[in-house]
This record gives sequence, structure tokens and C-alpha cells, in this order.
Amino acid sequence: MLLRAAPWLVIALLTLPVGLGVGLTVLPAFGYLPVLGGNALTLQHWQALFASPGLSDSILVSLQAGVLTPLLALSIVMMFLAGISGSGLERWIRRLVAPLLAIPHAAAAFGLAFLIAPAGLLSRLVSPELTGWTRPPDALIVNDPWGLSLMLGLLIKEIPFLLLMALAALPQCDPQRRVAMARSLGYSPAVAWLLTVLPALYPLVRLPVYAVIAFASATVEVSMILGPTLPPTLSVAVLQWFSDPDLAWRFQAAAGALLQLGATAFAMLLWRGLEALAAVLGRRWQAAGRRRGESVVRVGGTFGVWLAAGLALGGLVALVMNSFAGFWRFPDNLPRAWTLQTWSRTLPELSGPLGNTLGIAAASTAIALVLAVAVLEGEQRDGRKVSPALWLLYVPLLIPQIAFLFGLIVATEFLRWVPDWRLVLFAHLLFVLPYVFLALSEAYRRLDPRWTQLASTLGASPWRSFWRIRLPLLLGPCLTAAAVGIAVSVGQYLATQLPGAGRVPTITSEAVALASGGNRSIIAVWALLQALLPMLGFVLALYVPRVVWRHRNGMRDQQ
Amino acid sequence: MTEQQTNATSHRLQLQDVRLSLRGTLLLALDADVCGGEIVTVMGPSGAGKSSLLAWLAGFLAPAFRASGTVLLDGRNVLALPAEQRRIGLLFQDPLLFPHLSVGGNLRFALPAGKQDKDARVQAALVAVGLEGYAARDPDTLSGGQKSRVALQRLLLSEPHAVLLDEPFSRLDASLRRDVRALVFSTLQRAGLPTLMVTHDPEDAEAAGGRIVQL
Repeated sequence: MLLRAAPWLVIALLTLPVGLGVGLTVLPAFGYLPVLGGNALTLQHWQALFASPGLSDSILVSLQAGVLTPLLALSIVMMFLAGISGSGLERWIRRLVAPLLAIPHAAAAFGLAFLIAPAGLLSRLVSPELTGWTRPPDALIVNDPWGLSLMLGLLIKEIPFLLLMALAALPQCDPQRRVAMARSLGYSPAVAWLLTVLPALYPLVRLPVYAVIAFASATVEVSMILGPTLPPTLSVAVLQWFSDPDLAWRFQAAAGALLQLGATAFAMLLWRGLEALAAVLGRRWQAAGRRRGESVVRVGGTFGVWLAAGLALGGLVALVMNSFAGFWRFPDNLPRAWTLQTWSRTLPELSGPLGNTLGIAAASTAIALVLAVAVLEGEQRDGRKVSPALWLLYVPLLIPQIAFLFGLIVATEFLRWVPDWRLVLFAHLLFVLPYVFLALSEAYRRLDPRWTQLASTLGASPWRSFWRIRLPLLLGPCLTAAAVGIAVSVGQYLATQLPGAGRVPTITSEAVALASGGNRSIIAVWALLQALLPMLGFVLALYVPRVVWRHRNGMRDQQ
Repeated sequence: MTEQQTNATSHRLQLQDVRLSLRGTLLLALDADVCGGEIVTVMGPSGAGKSSLLAWLAGFLAPAFRASGTVLLDGRNVLALPAEQRRIGLLFQDPLLFPHLSVGGNLRFALPAGKQDKDARVQAALVAVGLEGYAARDPDTLSGGQKSRVALQRLLLSEPHAVLLDEPFSRLDASLRRDVRALVFSTLQRAGLPTLMVTHDPEDAEAAGGRIVQL
């Protein structure tokens, strides 16, 4: 039966390409790629890789981003949640944070760059009054060699992501009772939360945390926009080698992609060590029975979350201003003139990329939604709990993209498949499906089983109760999952660029292509469009159920 | 009440040598022969497996439980059938009106496929419990007693051959409880349906007026 096969189909769909991709990266890394004349196994490409200038700096920045930003983001999120526990604000925060998550990485990175650059919005706001600057300071803030702005760019995306993941898992930990119990023993609320709720919550968000590590240690688009350039991060270096017109560089690119895999694995290993350390320290803290730290936790969490939200929103404002800016002299706070010229000049170029973006996002999301619903519905019908193999679904999120997309390209070239939108669609599906599943599964599993039991006692077949009862009751969560899928697809850079060989331009690939040396106003237009599409999806997901169920009070809390 | 339900041929529900256990621990053992129009009450403390017994009879027992025995409805072994073909109706503790359907939509959902004049049947079902003109209403706007009546009519429209009641009055106010209880019992008796009720409320058992099985 179809539903019975669904989990295995999904797992195969997601793990086989990743496995194949990694496998086909290994061969060229050791010199075997007959298409390019590599017939013998050799270590020479590894020697060339390790001899390339600045490699250790590249690795170091990647590792630093891969471990430090998740650490900071997770600490801020947990302190924030500890601080607001019992306030009943969780629902509101969920609403407020979701749009931040919708902003694609590239758009957020561009926004941040326009905000903090020497001639950026912040510098203009305080100049010359506070700084005395009449010309932009000669400082390398964006693209700094230490990767600080890169890490800041990652943080403003990681914090909302982890915050939403934690909020979704929180009810399972029964925080009210745990905190009340600890408070009755004399602990202040935030400290009580950290001591009693956090240990139960962390295992539930562990997978998203590792996904964050994988992304942060291997991001391409955020590095291209905010990261160091000479040398760039490892992932960007690999992409440069891969894209070199001289195809012989591909061997070194393959070796580099494997090195990236190793670097990400090492970052995860370091994280594992931090987990063990935190467990020991946490137990000691518990055993010591110390009750201080309330204000530190509250202030740290609140400050961190507001800073991230402020930077993300400030970045959007900077994008909007730049996109409408005419002549804008430093240090003027506002442009001398506002103009629609950039928009009107860019819009004609838009239709192709916009069509590709929307088409691929819609198709990959639709496929992902059908597959996710099939897996979850099958799970409900069997009455069996979560299949243990389902964690494999998340494999594409835990392996650096470049490490397996590279091999997949080798495979398609070997099969003489011409890169086109279908390959891009498939590559997007690898990332859209896990996120759609992640977004939908909680609501699907939590739906009161009595609804379908009742339907069956009324004589409804499983399919009838699926179409008439379960699906309508889950309309809201399904639309939210679809919005997540669209946001993920719209934001994909590498999964567009590599499988499409640059021939399937999307809003994101065009925007990132402008990163080095594009006109600021034009970049702003593209980045805004990139941010706008996912937001539109989330707005629809929020309002469509309200309109559909406007005469059904009982559906208001079904979110 | 529609003509057909009043004159329904009498059904019979037989539970023979039924045993229910949870992870190897025997929860209950039961034999019962319920005739049409009779209400047999099963009483016992919470955790005795009362609700699980009903879930098993209706066809959706949680996998952790094990059950054995024979269940015949009009002489037919229902355990071999999926829930939707057993023709065993169930009233839960809550009325559980589908929140996305109108009151009329809830009733229509229960009508077996291929019925003629569905609208007329829905109308008649509403009239029978004094809710004429409520078809288009949002179920969330109904009072607790009204919801219970709609849930009862929905059950009847699905034309069950036996009915299970899972503490169906425990969530109602004391004032409402008596009225709803009287309505449910008289309706089921008039429809000639064998009914098995589980409850921990002695008043329910007394009002049912049938045999009482103490677990």
C-alpha cells in the first residue's frame, strides 16, 4: 500500500542522493574522474589543496562560525525563554519571530551589510554628530578577516530559528509545573527554568542545533556577502575552485569538499564535547544549589533576542531605503532624493528569475507536502508511533551542502543530463522536504485522535475521514508548513547554482551574484524581493485559515 | 424520531469471555448479553480499563493493550471488521462536534453514503431535539446541552446497530445532566439499540435502569 511505502520512499529519496553525492566526491578527490582524464588514484590533489595559500585560515573561520554562533544563539535563546517563562508571552513571540525566520539568509546578510558597513545606515545615523566622520571610515567591517560580521549575519538567522524550534518543543516539557516546583524550593523563576526545564528541552532541539552547526560551518551565500575574502571560508573556496573555467581544478574542489565535510564533522564533535562539559557543569550547579544569576539570565536573553531582531529589521529598513535612494551623500541620514528608477529598471529583468523561483518553490513544496502528509497519515493509521528510521529524513540538513551537491553534479554530468530546472527542483526538494516535515509533524501527531475515531464510528472510511476531517482540521498547519517549504526553496543558493549550472537563475542566485561589486540600489531591490516572497507565504498561511474559518469559532485555537 | 428508528428491528450485542490486559496485567474480564433497547452499565474505578474496553469494541484499541474474547453483533463477529464497518456508535465524554463543519454538516457527515433526501433527514433530526433552524449554525455557538443533543442525533443518523457510552454525562453541569441523560436513554431505548455504558457515577447507572456490572 502507498502509505506503507511512504516512509521508505522518503528516506530513500533523501539519503540515497546524499550518499551518492558524497561517494562521488570521494573518487575525484583521489584523482579518479575519467571524464576529465583522471584514471589513476593519487594524493596529488590533496597535496595541492593543503598547499593552497590561506587554507588554515579558511578552515579556522569555518570552524569558528560553526561552533561559536550556535553556542551564542542557543545560549541567548535559552536565557530568553528562561526569562519569559510564565509570562504567557510565548504565543506572541512565536508570531513575531516567524517573519524573521522567513527572511532568507542572503537577504538578511545583505540587510546587515547595508546596516553596519562603514557607509551603512548606522554609521550615517551617528555621523557626523557623534563620530565626527565626514567620510566613511576606512575600516573593513563587512568581509572582515576574522569573520565577525559573517558570524553576526549567521546569528540573526539562528536565533529566530532556534527560538521557534524551542517554543514548539516547550509544551512537551511541562515547564509550568517544573518551574513552580523549583520556585517552591526557593529558586528564582529564570534560574528555576534553566535548572529544571532546559535539561528536558535540549534533547528535543538537538537536531535543529546540529542542523545549525552544519549550515554555519559550511554556508556559501552568507560567506560570499559578509565573510572574509582573502582567503574566503572553506566552502566559498571550494565553490570557486569548482566554478573555475579550467576543469582541472575540480579535483582540488572535490578534495576541498571532503575537507569541508571533515570540518563540519569536527565542529559537531567539538559541540559534542561542549554538551558533555555543559552536563557536568550543570550538575555541579544543581548540586551546589546556588540560586543567583536571575538578572544576568534575564538581561542577557532579552538583550540578545532584541539585538538580533533589531539588526534583522534594521537591515530590512536599510534595504528599503537603498532601493528607493537616489543620490545619497555620506554622512546624510537620508538620501537627497527618493526614486523609483532602480525598481523600474530592475523589474523587466525580473520575470525570468521570478518565474523560476515561484515555479520551483511551488513544485518542491507541493511534492514535499504530499510526501510528508503520506508519511504522517500512514503513521496515524498504523497507530504506531514515530518510526525510528525517520531521523534519516534530516540527513540533508546535517551534511554540508557542498559536500554532496558536488558529487551529484558529477553524477548528472556522467549521465549526460543537461542541467535544467528539474535538477534544481530535485536539489531543492532535498532541503524543502525535511523542513516541511519538521513543520508539519508536530501538529499532525498532536491532533486529537478522537476526531478520526469518532468519524470511523460514524461509518467513515479512513480516506473519507482523512479528506473530510483530518485535512480540514489541519488546514492551518499544512499552510504553515507550505510557507516554510516555500521560504526554504526561495532561499536556496547552492542548490540552485550547482544543479542549474547557472542556467536556472532565481531571485536568490541573481541577488548573491551581485554581492561582489554590484550597485547598492540594485542589490537592495533583489534582496528585498527575495525577502518579500517568503513573507507573503507566511502572511497567506496566517490569514487564509482565518478567512476560511471566519464562521467557525472552534477553529481559532486549532493553530 | 423518524418512523424508521422507532420501529427498528431489535439488535443484540454479545460479549463472551472478554478479557482485557495492559502489558501482561489483566484489567478486566467480562461477559454480557445486551438486548435491543437495554442499557447495561459497567462500573469501576478509573484505571480499570473501562474506556479501553469501549475503544476495543469500537475498533481502535491502543497497541499497548491486549484483548481476547468474542464479540457478536446480531450474531456477526465484529472483531474481524474495521471500525467503520462495525456499526457500533460511540458517544464520548465530550460532544465532539467537528469544529470545521456547521451543525447540519456534522449531521450530514454521519449519513451513510447513497441516502436519498439527506437534507430532509438532517432537518428531521434537528426538529426531533428542538433545534429546528440550527443547520447553518457554527457548533461552537451552541450551549452544552444543545451540543449533546446534536451529538446524539449525529450518532443516530449513522444508523448504528449498537451504542457505546463512555461516561457521556460526566462533563455536563448537574442541572443539565439529568435532562440530557433522560433524553439519551429514552432515545436509545426507543430506537431499540443495545447499549453498553461505562461510568463511575452511580446515578448514571441507576437512571439507566438496566443491569449493572461491577468491575
